[in-house]
Amino acid sequence: MVQMNSVKMVYDSSGTEALHGVDLDIHDGEFVFLVGPSGSGKTTIIKLLTGEVHAASGEITVNGFDMMRIKRRKLPFLRRTLGVIFQDFRLIDKMTVYDNVAFAMRVVGASNSAIKERVPYVLELVGLKGREKRYPQELSGGEQQRVAIARALVNSPRMIIADEPTGNLDPVRSLELMLLLEKINELGTTLLVVTHEKELVNAFSKRVVAIDNGKIISDGMDGYYSYEIE
Amino acid sequence: MKLSRLGYLIKSGFTGIFSHGLMSFATVTITMACLIIMGSFGLLVVNINELIADLENENEVVAFIDENLTEEEARAIETQIEAVPNVSDAEFMSRAEAMENFQEDYDEDIFESLDESVFRHRYIIHLTDISLTEQTRLDLEEVDGVADVNAHLEYAQGVITMRNIVSIISLALIIILMVVCFFIMSNTIKLATFTRREEISIMRMVGASNGFIRCPFIIEGLVLGVLGGLLAFIIEWALYSLLLNRVMGGVASTLITLVPFASIMWPLLIAFLGVGIIVGVFGGSSAIRNYLKV
Repeated sequence: MVQMNSVKMVYDSSGTEALHGVDLDIHDGEFVFLVGPSGSGKTTIIKLLTGEVHAASGEITVNGFDMMRIKRRKLPFLRRTLGVIFQDFRLIDKMTVYDNVAFAMRVVGASNSAIKERVPYVLELVGLKGREKRYPQELSGGEQQRVAIARALVNSPRMIIADEPTGNLDPVRSLELMLLLEKINELGTTLLVVTHEKELVNAFSKRVVAIDNGKIISDGMDGYYSYEIE
Repeated sequence: MKLSRLGYLIKSGFTGIFSHGLMSFATVTITMACLIIMGSFGLLVVNINELIADLENENEVVAFIDENLTEEEARAIETQIEAVPNVSDAEFMSRAEAMENFQEDYDEDIFESLDESVFRHRYIIHLTDISLTEQTRLDLEEVDGVADVNAHLEYAQGVITMRNIVSIISLALIIILMVVCFFIMSNTIKLATFTRREEISIMRMVGASNGFIRCPFIIEGLVLGVLGGLLAFIIEWALYSLLLNRVMGGVASTLITLVPFASIMWPLLIAFLGVGIIVGVFGGSSAIRNYLKV
């Protein structure tokens, strides 16, 4: 669950005010699209939620963690409740598909038996059964993003944050991927998908939050991407 | 910590060494080179100190005995002379022996007719610490039966100055080399971690604790440091043995004696491994510090 109240964000290095009083609530089990043009503040919101940057003022709570007062040593525990997916997949090239996913479990101290049980299940869920021994560069873009989804999913996070997950994929692969994310959401995981692909957003009847210039300009349940980028 | 987790961390430390082979090779080579330079200098200092110790032993103090004393009486004060602080050993030389020595040294007819009464009974004394020569000379003069004491103060002073200069220069150079070694090692490991920043950012993203991220790098640094230390030791050993053979087998052996490797082997090995481990562990953990801040 995410609660953001009057959040302001200023980047120290440049002095740029990235967010001007953002209010946003995301409830458990929701599927939310966060849309907006480049530089509107989408990525800043993700960074605030994952604890990579800290807000100048306001209140932020993520899965029970108070992000305004969180200690640095507590950040790993917050991040274990989140699964993050990026546009560029961010897989480790020298690890196989299986190891890339198992890695996320090892990092949080899972036992070998738990890893052996869970990883094949998640890989099957994302449609990568039989690809376990392949390396990322041997896979298509869509498949690589599925590995990233499997990795985000493997520790059963309460919420998955996807930052432009279809940015490097063709329309058919993008649709397939979004259907996979919808399936994951139906299994109980909260989804926050940042994108600016209008057709894709409009194809799903989900909540759409539009942001521009550091402010939320619309928040509707009609599943329609009303904001024009161009 | 669970055993499987510890096993995983150690394994990933070793994997890191091989997956970034070139960087690991560079790190080991640089550690090795720095250690060999430091070690060679250290060995030079050890040998110079040994030479100075030999010079110290050659410095004699002569205590002349009162000419009214008979040889028996003169021999009787040996225990008193040996009891003087800083006296390492004292050897009695009678008038007759002194004259023989003199005549041998100055092989000229003019001294043939010398009477031994010209000479005095004497003790040839070696000191433990030649920096205290003056005090010991005064102490010896206090002994009943000692008429005069002859000590080469300038010689003692010269040797002490030389020892001090060598010590200061060597200490300064070893410290400078240590700092240089630390700096190069840390930078090399930093370069190695730079190529792995993506991996570190992924680890952070999936919720790895800083300790978990740091551990493989520390293990990697430790292994590379030990490896560098061991290789440096073996090469130093080979170089020193070669030098030892050349020097001891040639004419130079009459002038200088080198310390045998066996007597400095363990301190050298411990120092090399110690520096290797310290540089590796600190280099490894300081190199990734920047990546752990967020």
